[in-house]
Amino acid sequence: MTAGWLLRRLGTIVLVLLIVSFTVFGITQLLPGNAAVMILGEFATADQRHAMELAMGLNDPWYQQYGHWLGNILRGDWGMSAGLSRPVASLVGDALGRSAILAGATLVTVCLVATPIGVAGALLRGTVFDLVIGLVAYLGASVPEFVTATLLLVVVAGPDTGWLPAGGFTPAADGLGQFALHMVLPVATLSLILVAHLSRQIRSEMGEVLGSDYIRAAQVKGLTRTRIVLVHALRNALAPAVAVLSLDVGYLLGGILVVEEVFAWPGLGRLLIYAVQNRDLVVMQAATLVMAAAYTMSNLAADIIIAKLDPRVHYA
Amino acid sequence: MRDLFRQPTFIVGFVLLSLVAIAVIFGPWLAPYDPQAFHPRARLQPPSAAFLLGTDQFGRDLLSRLLIGARATVLFGVGATALGVAAGGLIGLVAGVSAGAVDAVIMRILDGLVAVPDLLFALLIVTILGNGMQNALLAVAIAFTPGLARIARSTVLSLRGRDYVLAARARGEGPAWVILCEVLPNAIGPVIIEATIRVAFAVMIGATLGFLGLGAQPPSTEWGLMIASARQFMARNIWTVLVPSVAIAMVALGFNLLGDALRDHLDPRARR
Repeated sequence: MTAGWLLRRLGTIVLVLLIVSFTVFGITQLLPGNAAVMILGEFATADQRHAMELAMGLNDPWYQQYGHWLGNILRGDWGMSAGLSRPVASLVGDALGRSAILAGATLVTVCLVATPIGVAGALLRGTVFDLVIGLVAYLGASVPEFVTATLLLVVVAGPDTGWLPAGGFTPAADGLGQFALHMVLPVATLSLILVAHLSRQIRSEMGEVLGSDYIRAAQVKGLTRTRIVLVHALRNALAPAVAVLSLDVGYLLGGILVVEEVFAWPGLGRLLIYAVQNRDLVVMQAATLVMAAAYTMSNLAADIIIAKLDPRVHYA
Repeated sequence: MRDLFRQPTFIVGFVLLSLVAIAVIFGPWLAPYDPQAFHPRARLQPPSAAFLLGTDQFGRDLLSRLLIGARATVLFGVGATALGVAAGGLIGLVAGVSAGAVDAVIMRILDGLVAVPDLLFALLIVTILGNGMQNALLAVAIAFTPGLARIARSTVLSLRGRDYVLAARARGEGPAWVILCEVLPNAIGPVIIEATIRVAFAVMIGATLGFLGLGAQPPSTEWGLMIASARQFMARNIWTVLVPSVAIAMVALGFNLLGDALRDHLDPRARR
């Protein structure tokens, strides 16, 4: 990995985000009714609207508006949310932090659960265990998050059981126990599909690696089975798994939209759905941009991790 | 074809989708009740002889609603994917065949659009177009287009240097002939596999949009909407959400299994 490669990758990310910003801006421009109408409400007079449009520069040509908007974003002035009366930057910042907690916990859970399942699947290929895990994986990939979330709510957090809180968010400062309890259901919902996907991937990569020559060499050398599997094989099976996981982050971000909504987790996804339902344009633009940025940065992180795991991978 | 029927994934997927197809085609004739008819004295009934899958909060027969809703739910997924494949395939084909600057520009734009998660993309487009089934279908199709275009392009690129394509060029065939008769038939396999798996996604996204109130609107019998409207009552009447949930899972599972089986069949190297 060279500095030149990193610079070029960052350049691509900037380009991608420019395209996303342009798309998001275009989408909000196409919406019926402009920001002035949304701020003033439906009872505003034509004069009021006109004055507001002039003040906000809504009658300027679109490319001027886009430049102005982008300039403000880059300067850190993300505008005010009309509906929530809060600066968008701090609003999105807070939400991003909470979503990051959820996403981070999910990724850790997925890795911790999927790796042993995948390895065991490869070692026990063709057994009942492998078959059951395969079936569960298929089922996991076929149930949308809102269904899993809803069923989990009934079974684990319904009025009859009530083992876990049905939703909401408690800051870690107000007690770690409650903070963790509120995370269990959202993280479990988000993890299900990803565990299914990743464990299959690890299983097939592991299967391939275990059949390769250097594993046979290690066996001939007299190394223990545990050492071969955990040290020699796993490392090479993990690099492709990380590549798959980085693509899954896009899926995770989509899942966060739904899961945060169902479990009332005040993160980026819930903020976005609020913005969409209430036509809060500035919030919509900012939240979408931040999500796209998170996705591209996570892909970059995955590329770097893959290079660290697999010395054969060179980026130049 | 006989090979396909020896694969358990294909058989299970085929059986599941056959059941779904029966519901889609014959649903209106199989439904025992009018899906919108209220039975005020039989509200929130568990499954019984009169109502095989129970009733919802208005006493509407869940089996009838499920059978009628199959069309809205499944055709949504198939339609959105077909539209996305057509648009994405065309863009990918143009990019792959033209190469050079056109290809580079198209690819950069696609890279940007792929960075927006499908569900979020569909959500944004529905916001422009307004809520409703047709708009949601269009939104999912547009959200799928960039990803499918990238797959179509990479397939075309891998085919462009093949001997039979070069041979056709050497014979002096025109570019249109080469694309339509040499490249397209061979590019269609990977695209069909991807599309089959995407139908599962499209069904799930469509149901999710319905659940969020942005897709199908009441009193539609779309399955996602059925779950959303039953949520209030689910704690004491779990079958009201369980019935449409299982139905959605069946469709998605069927398409996932079929897609995987087709991939193994058409690309034996991927068989592991």
